Amino acid sequence: MQIVQLLVFLILFPLITAFFMFAVRKNGERKLIVSLSALAIGGVLVYLLVTAFDKGAVYFGVGSESVGMVMFAIEMAVAVFIFYLGIRYRNYLVVGLITLQSLAMIWYEAVYARGIEVQYSLFVDQFSLIMALIIGIIGSLICVYALGYMKHFHEHHVEIPDRRNWFFFVLFVFLSAMFGLVFANNIVWVYFFWEITTLCSFLLIGYTKTEEATANAFTALWMNLLGGIAFSGAILYLATLGGGIMGLDQLLASGKVIALLPAVLIGFAGLTKAAQLPFSSWLVGAMVAPTPVSALLHSSTMVKAGVYIIVRLAPIFQGTPSGYALAFIGAFTFLIASGIAISRSNAKQVLAYSTIANLGLVVACAGIGTYEAIWAAILLIIFHAISKSLLFMAVGTVEHRISSRDIENMRGLITCMPKITAMMVIGIAGMFLAPFGMLISKWVAIRAFIDAPLGFIFVIILAFGSAITVFFWAKWMGKIITVVPDKVHLEGKVDPNEWIALVSLAGLTVITCFIFPLISSMLLEPFLLANYGVSAQLSQDNITIMILMLFLLVVLPLSVLLPHHRHKHVPAYMGGRTTTPDMHFSGSLGMQRQMELSNYYLDSWFGEAKLRKIGIGLCTAILAVMFLAVALRGVVL
Amino acid sequence: MISIVWAVIFILLGPVAGGIIAGIDRKVTARMQGRFGPPLLQPFYDVGKLFEKEHIVVNETQIFYVVCYFIFIVFTGGLFFAGADLLLVIFALTLAQIFLVLGAYSSDSPYSHIGAERELLQIIAYEPMVILAAVGMYVVTGSFTVSDILAFPRPVILLIPGLFLGFLYVLTIKLRKSPFDISTSHHAHQEIVKGVTTEFSGPSLGLIEITHWYETVFLLGFVYLFFAWNPVVSAVAVIVVYLLEILIDNTNARVKWQLALKSSWAVAAIVGLVNLAALYYLRGA
Repeated sequence: MQIVQLLVFLILFPLITAFFMFAVRKNGERKLIVSLSALAIGGVLVYLLVTAFDKGAVYFGVGSESVGMVMFAIEMAVAVFIFYLGIRYRNYLVVGLITLQSLAMIWYEAVYARGIEVQYSLFVDQFSLIMALIIGIIGSLICVYALGYMKHFHEHHVEIPDRRNWFFFVLFVFLSAMFGLVFANNIVWVYFFWEITTLCSFLLIGYTKTEEATANAFTALWMNLLGGIAFSGAILYLATLGGGIMGLDQLLASGKVIALLPAVLIGFAGLTKAAQLPFSSWLVGAMVAPTPVSALLHSSTMVKAGVYIIVRLAPIFQGTPSGYALAFIGAFTFLIASGIAISRSNAKQVLAYSTIANLGLVVACAGIGTYEAIWAAILLIIFHAISKSLLFMAVGTVEHRISSRDIENMRGLITCMPKITAMMVIGIAGMFLAPFGMLISKWVAIRAFIDAPLGFIFVIILAFGSAITVFFWAKWMGKIITVVPDKVHLEGKVDPNEWIALVSLAGLTVITCFIFPLISSMLLEPFLLANYGVSAQLSQDNITIMILMLFLLVVLPLSVLLPHHRHKHVPAYMGGRTTTPDMHFSGSLGMQRQMELSNYYLDSWFGEAKLRKIGIGLCTAILAVMFLAVALRGVVL
Repeated sequence: MISIVWAVIFILLGPVAGGIIAGIDRKVTARMQGRFGPPLLQPFYDVGKLFEKEHIVVNETQIFYVVCYFIFIVFTGGLFFAGADLLLVIFALTLAQIFLVLGAYSSDSPYSHIGAERELLQIIAYEPMVILAAVGMYVVTGSFTVSDILAFPRPVILLIPGLFLGFLYVLTIKLRKSPFDISTSHHAHQEIVKGVTTEFSGPSLGLIEITHWYETVFLLGFVYLFFAWNPVVSAVAVIVVYLLEILIDNTNARVKWQLALKSSWAVAAIVGLVNLAALYYLRGA
């Protein structure tokens, strides 16, 4: 089979599955179709990887004017749909934005589209391959997990209408659009898929149709539409002043004079989609949706589309003032979002802010744009996707058992659900501890920043940000590994579909660290070599040391299996008070009190309201500088 | 290049040196307080006695965390003395420290819980400064590997004096000395009993003590690196630094965690910005 057929398959197959999902209403049939589709997508991905990994960037001229027309027709249908919803829910901001955006695209289609010929509409290179693997493997696993989760979800929430066929329909359309986005070379196609992901996330966030869900869905919508307008602005610019360049390859080859303004516009769209400050609130609000949606938005789709496009355009940003502005937005987002995560006790909010922070780091790397920085950025994308989806799903599974997503209520989780806790611990370790992925990536990022001009500022921000990260992850981990003897066993039987997803992702978290040198040498280094002429790598010594550490971490927990004699047990020290086994003690005046422990949240230092205000102000100002810089450049030239 | 020999020497002799340093520390401290002080080898007798005691635990998982803490501190120091990448060494140190924190959390005890939270605050207080010190060494010498920094022919300290002072500031935290012994202390004046180590006793506590010896040797090795161009000067510097730490320990009252965190971060941010900016300027010029 030819590579191009594989690409078209990956884009169209999830779409076909989506329609099946819409038609099917029985859970059994749904299970069968989802599992088979996941296997098919996985199989094709592996085949694509084997055939395409050593070929570098390969371009294909697929489709014709008719494909473009179909896309335009769908875009307009979507616009009418959003317009209608905007009117119905009296959200005139959305109505205004979608009108503006549609007018721009109609103008483009009517006046310029005919005259623009894009030789290659699809392409694949190592970076697209990596993105496709993330979307395909993690996305499919999330769909499998959703089978079990959504069943429980509707058992728990009988008040919410069961629209699971619609839910899975949107899920698979989302995957299809993501594949399209990473394989498209024609910028108008990228834009089309971009808008579809905006729509899908809007629909998924609003799935439960509660007041809060609807409001948050609209927040996500208007912020992303704002990005969409910038994107359509870039297309119009390219069609007019840009001389009709409409291929990503042409844009990257055209030099900074032409490419910088459209790149900044698309970069702005990327910032909205990647939920960078000042647009972070939509992603935090998105957690009202069922957990598989959060897992999907945070790990393999949506926000990853945002950073994908920014990393793609990084060679254009490199060394420009606008690029630095972008990098500063990312760096400050990393620092501020990490700080806010300390003050949150809601597990999903901690995860949300951590996503925003890590994407900030990716954006910072892309804004710097050197080959080392891009290397770090792609590593961050890979490792973050795996650990974060694992964590969301672990939190979702726990939530169904303790009816809470508050970390304070997860005290002693290891006693009452040891297996799920183990998954969660692996996920958390994957986010911040050596020698797991995210830490490797941060390490690489430090090295990349040092060698860049003004890089020391970024190094300082990273040093503080990553210390802050340690705090909120470690206290969460400490909470769940506390051994509380009187807790009852709550784990019960974990749904097999949820279990498959959790175990696979926990396995991936560890395995990707072992095979990371292989991923780097097979996919990343050739990509860097092709695009930057140089390649980065870790020294053999360091790789050996890290594998040794990883090996220790895998082996040491097995030591509990060794035969050992039980030691003498005593209750915890309570200052000499007589304490019952469930930690009741007599306080002053003979009052019976129970010992309660709570983590530090340091609200007066890292409170959300305060830090967000600072972050929005700061990053909006930098955004202004970014546009000012590119505008001034236009004037000067 | 990685040299296994030095790592092995560290693993074998680290605790001996660390124990003797602890003995000297107690002796000097006693003299500063107008006491005679225990014999030099007292720390060894103490730890020996701890290992003779019955192993009492709150739960079995505690032992696992302490053993991991021990293994990874030894690993950290081993990497450092083998001449490996300095950033990797720092990350391994954090990993080890997290195991101690988890050990404290695992026991569900109020005193060790507060100790764990404070230990985490201490980690985030010192970590940025330690990373920036490593970055400074990289900018000066062009390498992160300890062996390259060691072989650098000119005095590193002259180019990163600010970062060195910053490092000294957080070294107090790492050595668990007043005014920054907020999560646990060798002194008897702690209001949170023994903080992170409250629920550890007997052999576990002995292991923590030995781990602390290893860590002290590793940290003094880090100080050595700033002066590495001349072994005599470095040796003197290490001794002076440690004596200074003892003096600070005995002349300061413990502060609140807020002040410890705020001041460490302020120091790291200021010396980091100023010293690194100067280095970049020199590099560019």
